[in-house]
Amino acid sequence: MLNAVLAGFVLAFAAPQVARHLPRQAGTIAALLPAGIFVWLLNQAEMALGPGVVERWPWSPLPGVTLSFHLDGLSLLMALIISGVGALILIYAGAYMQGQAQAGRLYALLLAFMASMLGLVLADNLIALFIFWELTSITSFLLIGWHYQEERSRAAALQALIVTGGGGLALLAGLVLIGLVSGTWEIAGLAAQAGTLQDSGLYLPILLLLWLGAASKSAQFPFHFWLPGAMVAPTPVSAYLHSATMVKAGVYLLARLSPALGGTQEWSLLFMVTGLVTLLLGGWLSLKQDDMKRMLAYSTVSSLGLLVTLLGLGTKLAAEAAALYLLAHALFKGALFMVAGAIDHASGTRDLRRLRGLAGALPTGALAAGLAGLSMAGIPLLAGFAAKEFIYEAALFSGGSVWLLTLLLLAGNVAFVVVAQQMTLRIFSGASLRFEHFHAPGVGLWAGPLVLGALGLALGLLPEVTATLAGAAARAIYGAPVTIHLFVLPDSVTPMLLLSALTIVAGILLYRRRTKLEPWLNWLDQGARLGPENAFRRLVGGLPRFAERVTDMQQNGRLRSYVMWVVGAWLLLLALTWLLRGGPGVPSDLLARLADLRFHELVLVVVILAGLASVMQANTLLTLIVSLGVVGFGTAIVFILFGAPDLAMTQFSIETLGVILFVLVLYRLPGMVRLSPRRTVLRDSVVTGLAGAVVTLMILVITDVPLVSPLKTWFADASEPLGHGHNVVNVILVDFRGFDTMGEITVLGIAAIGIFALLKLRPGRGGESKAGDGEGRT
Amino acid sequence: MTSIILVVATRLIFPLMLMFSLFLLLRGHDAPGGGFVGGLMAASAFALFAFATSVTRARDALRRSTFRLIGVGLLFAFISGLPGLFAGSPFLTAMWTSAEVPVIGKLSSVLLFDTGVLLVVVGVTLTIVFAMAEADEEEEE
Amino acid sequence: MEVALAIVIGALYAAGLYMMLRRSMVKLIAGLVLLGYASNLLIFVVSRLTRASPPLVPEGAHSVAEPFADPVPQALILTAIVIGFGLQAFALVLVRRAFQAVNSDDLDQVTASDRPDLQA
Repeated sequence: MLNAVLAGFVLAFAAPQVARHLPRQAGTIAALLPAGIFVWLLNQAEMALGPGVVERWPWSPLPGVTLSFHLDGLSLLMALIISGVGALILIYAGAYMQGQAQAGRLYALLLAFMASMLGLVLADNLIALFIFWELTSITSFLLIGWHYQEERSRAAALQALIVTGGGGLALLAGLVLIGLVSGTWEIAGLAAQAGTLQDSGLYLPILLLLWLGAASKSAQFPFHFWLPGAMVAPTPVSAYLHSATMVKAGVYLLARLSPALGGTQEWSLLFMVTGLVTLLLGGWLSLKQDDMKRMLAYSTVSSLGLLVTLLGLGTKLAAEAAALYLLAHALFKGALFMVAGAIDHASGTRDLRRLRGLAGALPTGALAAGLAGLSMAGIPLLAGFAAKEFIYEAALFSGGSVWLLTLLLLAGNVAFVVVAQQMTLRIFSGASLRFEHFHAPGVGLWAGPLVLGALGLALGLLPEVTATLAGAAARAIYGAPVTIHLFVLPDSVTPMLLLSALTIVAGILLYRRRTKLEPWLNWLDQGARLGPENAFRRLVGGLPRFAERVTDMQQNGRLRSYVMWVVGAWLLLLALTWLLRGGPGVPSDLLARLADLRFHELVLVVVILAGLASVMQANTLLTLIVSLGVVGFGTAIVFILFGAPDLAMTQFSIETLGVILFVLVLYRLPGMVRLSPRRTVLRDSVVTGLAGAVVTLMILVITDVPLVSPLKTWFADASEPLGHGHNVVNVILVDFRGFDTMGEITVLGIAAIGIFALLKLRPGRGGESKAGDGEGRT
Repeated sequence: MTSIILVVATRLIFPLMLMFSLFLLLRGHDAPGGGFVGGLMAASAFALFAFATSVTRARDALRRSTFRLIGVGLLFAFISGLPGLFAGSPFLTAMWTSAEVPVIGKLSSVLLFDTGVLLVVVGVTLTIVFAMAEADEEEEE
Repeated sequence: MEVALAIVIGALYAAGLYMMLRRSMVKLIAGLVLLGYASNLLIFVVSRLTRASPPLVPEGAHSVAEPFADPVPQALILTAIVIGFGLQAFALVLVRRAFQAVNSDDLDQVTASDRPDLQA
């Protein structure tokens, strides 16, 4: 199974090369892989329907993360759909792209997607499943954004990615919770842990996270809006990803996990409500569309809602109905999409209002659409009929509000019947229209829909095959052995049959009177379609604005606001730590420690503080420079008094040079002006005063604790014997820590070059800088 | 605007300051002093010279470009690290000769290093002071 | 003296930060200089003060006898003073150039000249 999955990814790289050399046959050649996988799957069918096939590949040292595959009934059904439809789609895409320059990229992406999707349905490990899940989101993003030159395509692709990707994140959280609670990361082992999972306090969070993941992927309300948007993709993509396979991923996930998590009231309520709302909303919205693809997209949304409803219901009959419908839907919806694409290809329009009487020009298309439409409408002899029978049966024996559920499902199915008529009667019957550039599509475009349509008929006529396939899938969903009894034609009149007939009659009536519904449809369209989509747009559009505002607030280019942020954040964090963790109090023996202050030291402190006060008060530059000098020289004297003559000398020299610099620069500047309003001054005083007080306190606390400094004694002892020097400070600088000093003088050199450049190299003076003259003289 | 007193005083003080700078450098290893202070002292001397006369004349008195001082200083510091390397020790390991030179004392890689520091400090400080003073003169023109 | 210097350092920090919060570029530099003094003194004080005993090995001896001032912070501060000088010079020149460019000491004017979108 690993080979089957990997082959898709590997061959995806080869596809563009093949397309370059054999542009006409490339699609068909690419189709060989899914066709091969399809055949291989059929070969494995006996095993899969029985005990199942398991493969394990350790690919990460992390516990619980293995690349394991498990082929059972449900996986087999999904994998057959993925590879079978995939092969047909690639042939179709080959004809659809007709050797366009970018066709190779399309085949590559379709193959990569197919591989991801296969991995998703075959994976038996929660983490592996998630990885493939995300891979389908990414390939879907790339395919929706196929016409990347168009703004609309990019927006739709991004929308789909954000919605499904966001759901994917929720899903990851949900899967991790499942793994942690159940203690197993293998999906096959989860069913045995159903009790543990459902009794856990985390059950509801898991369910909600799962809901987010599945609902966003499978376009359930309120995330349904991305799917119609995704119709900007080329039709092969819409037919493959957005009707038959990827959008089923959410449904598949629910089906896969229902033995472990399903069967509770919460499960039923959550998914049945979501499913029913989506079913009705999608059905209603599909009636309103004029664009064939959008109509089919909304109808797909509706179908997905139906599947979610059935999985939410969770009875044995519901599982059977879901499996049957899953199969039937993939066949007829894929076919209808491909027909829509072929018509678009031939006539240049997908507008239902402009299409009429195509049966004459496109007899093959009419046949394919007819077969698919009949299946969609649930006419006997076709696969869709059996599915609908089981849906109604599941509703009638659901044991809850039977009539309400039946009524809602009936309403949803009526909409399918209407869409089926739109796709067949409306566009193929009647007087034919003339198109300017009409060209009949070739066999490549009809092979796919014809085969799928015919399969729908074949499965209806071969009930044993259908029953075996769907039954095995239903067993995986229900978690217990299931046997489906199917028949070609009903042999007795049952309530289900009556409901089916009622559905068809109501559908036909509604289709005939559809023009009268328009006002109603418009009204709902406004409300429902724009609701969640608008919220999404606002969210996505609002984020950058919010970020901009935050950035403007924090990084406004004003130094003092940066300083304020730093100081404020520092004080806040300190205060928080102090409040939460406690901190040292003010040392108590301060007065005693203050007593050792000598008189000349006191004078020095007073002088420094006075200089400082003068700096703050300075209203001329001269005062400022002199006051700064006082503070600086005061500092130097502190160094002298406490055994640091080197520091003192350096400080004195620097002060002298500093004054020179200040004088050179500052008297070019204007006098001191008070620029800040009084309130700002007050605020700044409070904040900086606090910061200063904290520093003082910090020093007091630190110096209260005895200091043990092995470095001090080490350097003092090593200086003379090892460094041949009596001045320990100098020995440290030039010997022990020489490398540091070297770095420092390098920095100084760079600073000098920077200053020189600032002063001498000015824009406008170009290379004729004064610097050249200055250097020339030396 | 240059005062005659400043000019005369500078003539006296300038060589004294340079000698003091050298003194600080040489005794720095055993007593307060060293390359940093020595460098700052020499730089102050030239700054004073520039104020008393002109930046141009100070540059002439220096004979070398300030940037060359920085470069040579860094080179000295770097070279002083090599002997240790050749002796099989880490870069910048101090090496001492037994040769006792009058005034200077024992020759060592450390002294070369400190001289490098002095040259860089002089170069950096004077680059800044000269550039500023020149920009200032320019603006006055 | 540690207690008294602690207060001095706190005051230096407060004043330095306060000056940096002003709109005037000159005051900004004064603030930077004050912060430099404050940081040097902070390192000096937290490694404890020892009166009048520099870390010099007496002639003929092989080690310094206690009590003596800790040489490690002194080496740190010495480089910090010189680097601080470079920083101060750089800031001064920057301010001077900025003043030449916008002809104002007001930092907000400099900001505005940097951001065309704010020059309404």
